[in-house]
Amino acid sequence: MISILQSYSTMLLRALGYTLVLTVLALIFAMIIGLIFALMNVSHSRILNIIGTVYVDAIRGVPLIVLAFFIYFGVPQAFKMMGFTSFRLPALQAGTIALAMNCGAYMAEIFRAGIESIDKGQMEASRSLGLTYGTSMKCVILPQAFKVMIPSIINQFIITLKDTSILSVIGYPELTNMGRTIAGNTFLSLQTWAIVGVMYMIVIVSLSKAAKRIERKIKIEDSEGKPRKRHRDQ
Amino acid sequence: MTDTVKIHVKDLKKYFGKLEVLKSINIDIHEGEVVVVIGPSGSGKSTFLRCLNKLEHSNGGTIIVDGNDINDKNININKVREDIGMVFQHFNLFPNMNVIKNIMLAPVKTKKMTESQAHEAGMRLLKRVGLESKAEAYPQQLSGGQKQRVAIARALAMNPSIMLFDEPTSALDPEMVGEVLTVMKELAKAGMTMVVVTHEMGFAREVADRIVFMDGGYIIEEGTPDQILKNPKQERTISFLNKVL
Ligand SMILES: Nc1ncnc2c1ncn2[C@@H]1O[C@H](COP(=O)(O)OP(=O)(O)O)[C@@H](O)[C@H]1O
Ligand SMILES: [Mg+2]
Repeated sequence: MISILQSYSTMLLRALGYTLVLTVLALIFAMIIGLIFALMNVSHSRILNIIGTVYVDAIRGVPLIVLAFFIYFGVPQAFKMMGFTSFRLPALQAGTIALAMNCGAYMAEIFRAGIESIDKGQMEASRSLGLTYGTSMKCVILPQAFKVMIPSIINQFIITLKDTSILSVIGYPELTNMGRTIAGNTFLSLQTWAIVGVMYMIVIVSLSKAAKRIERKIKIEDSEGKPRKRHRDQ
Repeated sequence: MTDTVKIHVKDLKKYFGKLEVLKSINIDIHEGEVVVVIGPSGSGKSTFLRCLNKLEHSNGGTIIVDGNDINDKNININKVREDIGMVFQHFNLFPNMNVIKNIMLAPVKTKKMTESQAHEAGMRLLKRVGLESKAEAYPQQLSGGQKQRVAIARALAMNPSIMLFDEPTSALDPEMVGEVLTVMKELAKAGMTMVVVTHEMGFAREVADRIVFMDGGYIIEEGTPDQILKNPKQERTISFLNKVL
């Protein structure tokens, strides 16, 4: 165990860094994708509803690993068939896209539930003042919905972080992939995977703790009726 | 009250699925007039009010507000709504904003006023409803009566010429009803065109130019407070008033 840590600690930490970068990138894109499809789902347009539902159902119906293979191996072949010269996305891009698309579908559901949890009267009050649907969403509904969604978003962050390990199959140099390399080189599987497991655990447990803290804080604010800013100043 | 018709409603129909809530509503409301709408629960009073600013889309008939046919596709409904304030039973203040921000949002976002103009106007309105000191408070920190007065100030911030009230005092503790009615009375005195759904018969008697009794999707009877409250003609009006008076 000590010998692995001695020789591979820098590489392990770098791999953990890649894992976190991939997670954060995927999450940022997933938030954008999620917001777009959630807005489609809550809109009054039948067509947008259908597009939103199809995306969410389709993506959630496909295992992440299949989606990753499809984007990494399948899409280049499609380009080739269309007459383009052989083209392949680097693992980072392909991995980020696969993860963002997958996470985006779950984010869409989190956003939709968040938006729908806000009292209908809020939108009506805003519209009755002459504000457009878009402005009402942006200034009235989404800020309130976002607060409700924070715990779910952190939870999704944790899930996505774990899901990055699946992308080791397309050769993305994240933590699990590094674990495979080290275990292969040293034949010390038990020690290697124990170390990798503990590394994931430390990050994820810290995130869960943070999520709990934030959740509790929101609850206290709501029951005391205090604005958020004051708390931050203390 | 003047002779100018502010709101013209002709043969208004509204269904929810198979439920015919408004069968045929006809009414002209004049500039500066205070119309109080009464009727049993579920008779479509809220639906009628919400049709006037198109929060509900009507299924038939005509609604003309200030010369704008609100069902005309070429009319910008947001512009029409700027001229129609609405006050809700459950206040519907924005909990993520403090009182003054609640009031400033619409004038600033619709580019009707600059930030500083809206702030100034907002403070003036808060003074008018007696809540100057609460400008920085959040809605959760206010009593029901204070919330409703802020909601009225928020609606007034767009400088509307019409105000709709949907049971503005029904969710309030009895001791807070008075402060809200006082603000509404002052508005009426200042010449605001008002349509008020309420069960406050004292307010109706004192402030209304006309009382409208709705039931079963129609306006059954209308007239001055004296006519309706003292000498109702229709069976259904009489039995309703016996229950509430
Ligand atoms: N959005 C809606 N969907 C279906 N039914 C509704 C809706 N809004 C109101 N209704 C029904 O329409 C009828 C009239 O409601 P409403 O206008 O709120 O009556 P009132 O304000 O006089 O109590 C009631 O039976 C109510 O259940
Ligand atoms: Mg009602």
